[in-house]
Amino acid sequence: MNLSENFRIALRALSANKMRSILTMLGIIIGVGAVVALMAIGQGATASITSQVEGIGSNQITVFPGQLRGGGRNALASTQQATLFLSDYEALEREMKNITAIVPSVQANSTVTYGQETVSVNVTATTPDYVSVNAYTLARGKNFTANDVARATRVAVLGSDTAADLFSGLNPVGRKIKIGGVSFDVIGVLEEKGSGGFGNADNLILIPLETGYDRLESGSLVRSGRKTVSSIAFSAANAEVVEQVMMEAERILRREHGLRPAEESDFSLFSQTQLLSSLSTITTTLTIFLGAIAGISLLVGGIGIMNIMLVSVTERTKEIGLRKAVGAKRSVILTQFLVETLLLSLTGGLLGVLVGWGIAAAVTLANLITAQVTWESVALAFGFSAAVGLFFGLYPAWRASRLRPIEALRYE
Amino acid sequence: MIEVRAITKIYTMGDNEVRALDGVNLTIGKGEMTAIMGPSGSGKSTLLAILGCLDVPTTGAYALDGISVEKMSDDQLAEVRNQKIGFVFQQFNLLARTSALDNVMMPLIYRGVSQKERRKKAEAALDKVGLRERMHHRPNELSGGQQQRVAIARALVNDPAILLADEPTGALDSKTGTDIIRLFQTLHRDFGQTVIYVTHDPFIARHTRRVVRMGDGQIVSDEAIAQPLEAGAPRPSDLALVTSPVAG
Repeated sequence: MNLSENFRIALRALSANKMRSILTMLGIIIGVGAVVALMAIGQGATASITSQVEGIGSNQITVFPGQLRGGGRNALASTQQATLFLSDYEALEREMKNITAIVPSVQANSTVTYGQETVSVNVTATTPDYVSVNAYTLARGKNFTANDVARATRVAVLGSDTAADLFSGLNPVGRKIKIGGVSFDVIGVLEEKGSGGFGNADNLILIPLETGYDRLESGSLVRSGRKTVSSIAFSAANAEVVEQVMMEAERILRREHGLRPAEESDFSLFSQTQLLSSLSTITTTLTIFLGAIAGISLLVGGIGIMNIMLVSVTERTKEIGLRKAVGAKRSVILTQFLVETLLLSLTGGLLGVLVGWGIAAAVTLANLITAQVTWESVALAFGFSAAVGLFFGLYPAWRASRLRPIEALRYE
Repeated sequence: MIEVRAITKIYTMGDNEVRALDGVNLTIGKGEMTAIMGPSGSGKSTLLAILGCLDVPTTGAYALDGISVEKMSDDQLAEVRNQKIGFVFQQFNLLARTSALDNVMMPLIYRGVSQKERRKKAEAALDKVGLRERMHHRPNELSGGQQQRVAIARALVNDPAILLADEPTGALDSKTGTDIIRLFQTLHRDFGQTVIYVTHDPFIARHTRRVVRMGDGQIVSDEAIAQPLEAGAPRPSDLALVTSPVAG
């Protein structure tokens, strides 16, 4: 009685009952496939949400003029006064530590035209770092330089939606547009950022800061000889120092504005700390969600496999009795069932992984979500199902093989 | 050949103790053909299962071919069943969806016989029961009588010292049952096969030279039949079996 002989008995028993073998395998295929597919979809959802939130630039801190009351951006707009100056920016840039970049911006809604097309766009006069601080990249052309800022050249970089609105498909780089009646050269177009920030992040025009003071006709950009800014944005070196950086910035600005300790600040520091905390809530929720999906599908798959194995092997108690009656030893019977359940579990597990992978691919192809099959989920699903299949395949066989042949044969 | 001494078999069902066998003594010699008879619940099937090593006695001694088997381990009993015993069941107990040939070859696998030898022996066994030409048929393609003959071929394939049959005709009509009994008589007469079968039917029992009657777990009579019936003989109106007790 050698192993290959045993293998042959198992194969013969499996092929003699093709339907039962296929159904048993189907249970495993569905169990494993469900786990792999669900986990891939969950993983894809997490990755997509995380990348969208990361696109906002989560270490970013922004200073707005005026005191923010009641919370929210709309409240800010109504209390906005021109109480931030370019000199504030210069002081922050000079003295702040633990920041990676600092960018002032002056904003004005302007009418922009190209040929017959006219749109109203938020034009932002700023420094070249605006692009990197706000996590933009250039799709075409180039960014303006510090030199452009110093010389107040009339160049513009367009957001992707603005470019599409104005040029409807034409390459804007090298063409001229009019901002508030003044002619500008388009030198670059930003990559689409998509939603995820506030408002439409792709509908904007960037121009050099000094050009803005020269050309934007918002009137009050220069107040009693001092250049004002709409906001100052900077990035903390990392998430841990955000609070500390904010306190430092507040101290410098209060000093610059000559505020006494009792006086309220005439500016607002807005960090994305709230966003950060909500982000961590989201990812925690997603992790729990994902774990629950994996757990439940493993449980359901496992119960399916357990049932079909228990039923199909228990049903064969009589066969086990008969084999014993004609002289099979316990070890021989257990080996036969071990080989059988191994074959079923491994083949079913493998097919299940393929099915799960196929579902993940189909979901991705259908553009629903970019599902990510991870090898951990494959290993988990495969390992768990194989273990469950093996245990619940062998256990009834072991139990039946312990019966006296006459008892096993009497089993109905 | 078979020597059973003071055998009991006790089943415990809840608080109740059921004595299926209650002190049975029995000796059956080589080449004998014996019927064990009795009403249901008399312990005849339990005795046969113990004789076939499919079950073990609660107490008592059982020597098969001079070897004491009552203390044997599970695996040792499997070996004894494989090499010395052929067992035929009332319900045939063939593997479904498996050809007659494969069914008959099964005991040989567990004996470690080579594949080529297995086939030769299985074909020879099927030949003995007259089913050689149907060896590739599956149980569901065979009649009840044919299935029972496949089961007998399976029991014979290892050249067992004893052939045991538990109500072999119980699931068959009387004509087919007669055929099975005829096969037993042929095996007994032409090959010297030791045959023991259990039946509740006095007519079927009367086809042997010896009838052991059981009741309430004990042997109530052990009779020799002077003129056993030939298979195919008409059922006599008078089924009195008493002739003379078996000597010894």
